[in-house]
Amino acid sequence: MSNGIHRKTLAQLAAGLRAKEFSSAELTRLYLDRIEASQPALNAFISVTRDQAMAAAEAADRDLAAARGGRLAGVPIAHKDIFCTAGVKTTCGSRMLDNFVSPYDATLVAKLKAAGVVMLGKANMDEFAMGSSNETSFYGPVRNPWNTDLVPGGSSGGSAAAVAARLAPAATATDTGGSIRQPAALCGVTGLKPTYGRVSRYGMIAFASSLDQGGIITATAEDAALILREMAGFDANDSTSVDTPVPDYAASLDAPLAGLKIGLLKEFFDKGLDPENERRIREALATYEKLGASLREVSLPNLPLSVPAYYVVAPAECSSNLARFDGVRFGHRCKDPRDLLDLYKRSRGEGFGAEVKRRIMTGTYVLSAGYYDAYYLKAQKVRQLITTDFTRAFGEVDVLMGPTTPTTAFAIGAKTSDPITMYLNDIYTIGANLAGLPAMSIPCGFVQGLPVGLQLVGPHFSEAKLLNVAHLYQRETEWHSRVPERYA
Amino acid sequence: MSVSEASRPERTTTEASAWETVIGLEIHAQLATKSKIFSGSPIAYGAPPNAQANLVDLGYPGVLPVLNAEAVRMAVKFGLAIGARIAAHSVFARKNYFYPDLPKGYQISQYELPIVGQGAIEIVLEDGTKKRVGVTRAHLEEDAGKSLHEGLPGVSGIDLNRAGTPLVEIVSEPDMRSAKEAVAYMKKVHTLVRYLEICDGNMQEGSFRCDANVSVRRRGAEKFGTRAEIKNLNSFRFVEKAINYEVERQIDLIESGGKVKQETRLYDPDKGETRSMRSKEEANDYRYFPDPDLLPVVLDESLIADVRASLPELPDQKAVRFSSQYGLSAYDAGVLTASRELAAYYEDVAREVPNEPKLAANWVMGELAAALNKDGLEINGGKLPATQLAGLLKRIAEQTISGKIAKEVFEAMWASGADADAIIEEKGLKQITDSSAIERAIDEVMAKNPGQLADYRSGKDKLFGFFVGQVMKATQGKANPAQLNELLKKKLQG
Repeated sequence: MSNGIHRKTLAQLAAGLRAKEFSSAELTRLYLDRIEASQPALNAFISVTRDQAMAAAEAADRDLAAARGGRLAGVPIAHKDIFCTAGVKTTCGSRMLDNFVSPYDATLVAKLKAAGVVMLGKANMDEFAMGSSNETSFYGPVRNPWNTDLVPGGSSGGSAAAVAARLAPAATATDTGGSIRQPAALCGVTGLKPTYGRVSRYGMIAFASSLDQGGIITATAEDAALILREMAGFDANDSTSVDTPVPDYAASLDAPLAGLKIGLLKEFFDKGLDPENERRIREALATYEKLGASLREVSLPNLPLSVPAYYVVAPAECSSNLARFDGVRFGHRCKDPRDLLDLYKRSRGEGFGAEVKRRIMTGTYVLSAGYYDAYYLKAQKVRQLITTDFTRAFGEVDVLMGPTTPTTAFAIGAKTSDPITMYLNDIYTIGANLAGLPAMSIPCGFVQGLPVGLQLVGPHFSEAKLLNVAHLYQRETEWHSRVPERYA
Repeated sequence: MSVSEASRPERTTTEASAWETVIGLEIHAQLATKSKIFSGSPIAYGAPPNAQANLVDLGYPGVLPVLNAEAVRMAVKFGLAIGARIAAHSVFARKNYFYPDLPKGYQISQYELPIVGQGAIEIVLEDGTKKRVGVTRAHLEEDAGKSLHEGLPGVSGIDLNRAGTPLVEIVSEPDMRSAKEAVAYMKKVHTLVRYLEICDGNMQEGSFRCDANVSVRRRGAEKFGTRAEIKNLNSFRFVEKAINYEVERQIDLIESGGKVKQETRLYDPDKGETRSMRSKEEANDYRYFPDPDLLPVVLDESLIADVRASLPELPDQKAVRFSSQYGLSAYDAGVLTASRELAAYYEDVAREVPNEPKLAANWVMGELAAALNKDGLEINGGKLPATQLAGLLKRIAEQTISGKIAKEVFEAMWASGADADAIIEEKGLKQITDSSAIERAIDEVMAKNPGQLADYRSGKDKLFGFFVGQVMKATQGKANPAQLNELLKKKLQG
């Protein structure tokens, strides 16, 4: 197959498939080959499902030939290995689920399947989505395609690296505290975390239920719009999914930005932000001014409390969510347990990695009698304050902007010994999760050859506006179309 | 009887009354929904192990609970029936602990904000006085599965059919002062949930069971004693026995210088004793917190009004009506309204013999109840339809047969299923109301018993009964008793 097809956006690929420029089988084989060639260097995938992918591609080709099939018929994508996929190993990046073949499809997976997408494989991730560097995966770290000594970010590191290296035009991902936006920023791709409740969590292995949200990593905002339309919507199987209509996100991508009020998050331009990164962010803001937007500084006074609040709420929920991994019904079971307690202790002790254990212990502690009020309840109050701060800000501005991360990608191993430093990498992203807001990260330049991400945060269910704002920037710039030389 | 009970000297009344028992019950009633509280699995009893457990019940990775609206309606129904405040906003919480029959590692329950707030239930004590037992709260929760040990050498099996079955847990105030009161309260709740059709009340299958919190204190003491919680009592008899045993145990312990420990105990029905399961120190810290997978339950006024409108006539209301409408005693009215089916049966009978409500009550509570009990049948089992019993009572009312003959007819009806009239006809049991026939029989009896006749006439009035018996015997019991009395009196006087 001719070179350069992998450089096309998902929108272009979907159109090309319909125009019969190439078949889904050709496209799928191309990406499968790219994935396999990249594995030794990037390790972006836990499972590559070649046989199922080729079969699905051929079925999609039959649909395309008969002018049937969903809007994304034949488009290959990758799924983060946190989403349950029927008949396919679903590990969540953990030894605990190394032997787990899901008997069902997550709602998001089923909806995308119905839209016609072809699954290439399951993307690597931090274990149970707990991590900001993809170093906690049982399957080894993912490497950043821009520099393989560096992390891709996490927890959706495999998804971001796969799109950055064009191993897939898009990859599903999840964001609990920045797990879509942070790796998107560090890998130079577009990441969208929708409003909490916009995308069903059914079949997405839970980390912190009140914060988890499925989303997408793509090359462009337009691609994200096309996919979000397919995966969003109310799901009777998820009580926290919201029953509001799903718009055609692509329809409003080109709406002019004149009069758009952008709020600069004062708290994000702090001393932790690398000056070179800040420069790229300021340049991007200048581009928006050129597009007719106005800028003003906005303060969210409680936002600096987001990291401590998050590291109470998320571990608390995780400690309970991960209790089901007990070696009884599925997943890892220790050899020859002596008794029930031994079965629990060794199955969990062997099945979980260090970071997961740390969070289970933290969460167990903060929920314990005598500590609940001081930690969990206090954190929930802080969460409410942060939400109120955002609501007040959106009374003044249409969208909030700032950096996605304090710095560009860091070296593998640089932060593993100090969890607090690692946690602080999510300082700019956690607020949107605590408030349940939609947010994006889009590429806005490079510092020493490494991508920088601009973060956009909007009011609840403002995905169409965020995608519009991101798309118009991408029409003016070409950062999002840059690909690391080796994968160009 | 246990060894300790056997060796203990009988406690005198004065000793026993130096102590006061304090009891609170936590009743678990399984709601009669079609499916589980958070999944679509059916909840029918007796299916093969794990045949009624889907991925949600198994706690598979990624699955989520979805609340069964019918379970909510049923809890609201209960709350309204006991005059409780229904929470406009209630919250499901996770109770975290590890156990193999608890697939998720937590039970979804309600903790700080239950759906039903304070209410009360009135019970009638043995001496007829009424007592109000406070209900602290009632909340919705899911049941756990079961561990199986029988027939599985060396391993334990797990059956998750019951996991996720909807329960309403009804928590009483510590208002009961004896095992009998506790049983009366439990029976009243049992009656109520069946009236409301929110629970089948089947105690053998575990659909209705309770935990009893029991403590003792010296009479007059203000503070409660330390309590023990007796788990999983699934019969009224066990509740009474377990509490009585526990009260004795605690009094003995304190009187011999010991201290009651706060602990969970199990009742062993075979040995008739309670024994320690785990102490407070060993108790789990359940780390309750609101379940982030479920939204708060928000009830609007219209739903509550809708449920209120669907409430049936409740047992207390029905008993009052029975007393006034049928002229029954409070006791009879109480017995006849103990279940909706019994009350309906009674009313069906009473409707057909409108002038004899008391007769109908006596027969339903007497012969019929005894026969059902003997055969282990339920009133709604169709064994003797109300119209059939009414057919018999009509004949009594119009004096076609005597009460005594009626019992014979009833037995035949019970055995054959035939109508009363057919049996009366076939066996020739129709009462003799022809005066001349009765007189003939009297004459014969008098002729055969000249000695007794002379004695009677010389003042031995007691022999009147003898003559009644003889005439009845001669007429095979068919002589109309009132007529017989009148005629016999005349004839004997000469």
